[in-house]
Amino acid sequence: MAFADVREYTHLTDEEVEAIGAELDEIRAEIEASRGQADRDYILRVITLQRRLAAAGRITLFASFFPPAWLLGTALLGSAKILENMELGHNAMHGQWDWMNDPEIHSSNWEWDTTQPAEQWKHSHNYIHHQFTNVLGHDNDIGYGILRMSRDQKWSPYNLGQPVYNALLALFFEWGVALHDLDIEAIRKGKKDIPLLKKQLRQIRAKVGKQTLKDYVLYPALTGPFFLQTLSANFTANIIRNVWTYGIIFCGHFPDGAVHFTEEELEDETRAEWYLRQMLGSANFKGGKLLHIMSGQLGYQIEHHLFPDLPSNRYAQISTKVQDLCKRYDIPYTTGPLWKQYGQTLRTIMKLSLPNRRTEDNPAPLSPRQTRRLRDDERQIRRSELGKWSGAASA
Amino acid sequence: MTAPLIERSAALRRLRQLGKAMTTPLLPDDYLALINPLWSQRELRGRIEKVVPITDRAATLVIRPGWGWSFDHAPGQYIGIGVEIDGKFHWRSYSLSSVPLVEGRTVSITVKAMPEGFLSDHLVNGLEPGTIVRLASPQGDFVLPDPPPERMLFVVGGSGITPVMSILRTLERRGTIPDVVLAYSAVHEEDMMFLAELRELSEANPDFRFYERFTDSDGMLTPEQLDDVCPDWLERETWACGPGPMLDAFTDHYKRLGREDHIHVERFTLNAAGGEGAGGTVTFGVGGPTVEVDGATTLLEAGEKAGINMLFGCRMGICHTCDVPLASGRIRDLRSGNEHSEPNEYIQTCISVAAGDCTLTL
Repeated sequence: MAFADVREYTHLTDEEVEAIGAELDEIRAEIEASRGQADRDYILRVITLQRRLAAAGRITLFASFFPPAWLLGTALLGSAKILENMELGHNAMHGQWDWMNDPEIHSSNWEWDTTQPAEQWKHSHNYIHHQFTNVLGHDNDIGYGILRMSRDQKWSPYNLGQPVYNALLALFFEWGVALHDLDIEAIRKGKKDIPLLKKQLRQIRAKVGKQTLKDYVLYPALTGPFFLQTLSANFTANIIRNVWTYGIIFCGHFPDGAVHFTEEELEDETRAEWYLRQMLGSANFKGGKLLHIMSGQLGYQIEHHLFPDLPSNRYAQISTKVQDLCKRYDIPYTTGPLWKQYGQTLRTIMKLSLPNRRTEDNPAPLSPRQTRRLRDDERQIRRSELGKWSGAASA
Repeated sequence: MTAPLIERSAALRRLRQLGKAMTTPLLPDDYLALINPLWSQRELRGRIEKVVPITDRAATLVIRPGWGWSFDHAPGQYIGIGVEIDGKFHWRSYSLSSVPLVEGRTVSITVKAMPEGFLSDHLVNGLEPGTIVRLASPQGDFVLPDPPPERMLFVVGGSGITPVMSILRTLERRGTIPDVVLAYSAVHEEDMMFLAELRELSEANPDFRFYERFTDSDGMLTPEQLDDVCPDWLERETWACGPGPMLDAFTDHYKRLGREDHIHVERFTLNAAGGEGAGGTVTFGVGGPTVEVDGATTLLEAGEKAGINMLFGCRMGICHTCDVPLASGRIRDLRSGNEHSEPNEYIQTCISVAAGDCTLTL
């Protein structure tokens, strides 16, 4: 079920909520003050690695007729695209590196290696998704207008096909992302501004043109007689990137434990409540350093949602502080191995393809304060006034 | 002016077009820069070749510019230099002291370490040869007309000597130093940059008269003293470069005598002569945050106050690091007072204010 108020779920007092907000502000200030050479060196290393991988992949694929070269080239190119989209593009467009004042690594200038124009991504993702995270009817990332991901979303027979839509979305994720900012739901309801739609479609067409020319015409043509082999390698590299990014992104807000909110939560929401909604609506996953780099540090989805514009290489360090804070205030901190998080997501997709009456509700896990005996200071203050009787007695 | 090779050759242009299509959304430069950091035109870059001390507190930086640089600056112009310190780029502007085209494939600037200037201090004392810096192309109209006037006066204070040095060296190299008077003030002898070179120059050229002024013993040069220093100053075209108060005093003096057309000044601060704008509501990015601004707050300052990470460089309208396209609305250029309202026109946020409501593309 969706919640109308973060307090309803966490059982925190107003003072506690504000104290949590202040602590998180402090973490932000600390990181901002300590950004420096080591962070710049990190991102430059990743950029160099990514460009070398891409160049190596393209060069290897000039021998795409030779199956081991085809495999190696595809793997190199696929991982270059993953690194570019996740650790570089997504994070740079969030403005994580804007503090360096370097026009080459800046949110206003970064264009990424995928079919969606950067400008539209910054609107649909940085603004709509990060501002209205997990609020039903506002956050288009809850099922992307294609899948039903909450029991509070209305079921229709269309949803019976969810397992198929999901598989197609995984394979062609890049194209789903390209159309994301058009807001399919608004178009369906006839609410979309037509001149804006036309402008967006023009932008998408231009970007798609460049991307397909590069991957499906130019490089295959340069390898001459092996046109088809190179084309299939590039296609496969794009699919690998699609499936991987889809998997990582679906583990961000759909595993059990990440809760949804209703519109009422947005009313008079304070900065501290916004922080709480970000924590409660996001899910992490555990893994080694390589896994985190290849997923753009989105295994630290909670930290990313709290501080979307702090450098991604700092999320691991922020995470220990956030976990400590969650423990002290009994706030759930959702995490688990990648396979388990994705398993839960997949189960929800399957289950919600059926109407609510056909499936069992598995309620959001209770917050720690609902499952154990409360400490005295966590209880409602007992009413001290005793009414007419005590007044009469003391008189 | 000779265009770079890449502009002149049709074959190279086509090759670059193909390279762009192959590397989209990046540029071929982004891959070539992996081999040599100077092989990129995305941002103008340069490599520090030498740091030559001039005085205790000043040094000349010899810089080898990368691709995209044309060595045809006019003597007296300045460039922007962006240096990375602890992960962050900082920008300043300095006059070129080198002569166009002749000193190999390098340019040089002379920097004086200012007591409170952490960047100038870093440039003089902390820059290792081999460091890659960012550059902004030469600009400025503190230049000589061609042919130069027959009689000239240069009034210079402190590090204001650098553009004048470039002008004098160019004149000398052409073998035609005409009738020139240089009135150059510095705090004391050790602080005077290029002193030996200037003395040599005046010995070798009878038409070049060099007046040295040390302000800790002689005090500041005032416009009234010009009659003694250079009795025929009224018959000369004047170029002045130095601290703001000195420039103000001289321009006022010339204006009083109706000679404001005969003095050319170079200031290294934003001169907001264009007047204020009307102010209005500024939107940062279509659908992005909005702020109310008055007509004196630059769009860059307004964005920074609103918590937006805006790119910036010199903050005085020189380097174009802060340029963003204007989506809609009207803005005013603080320096000239010109208003711009062409959609998608790039505007310099550091010297622009709102002239009514406007939206920037970020």
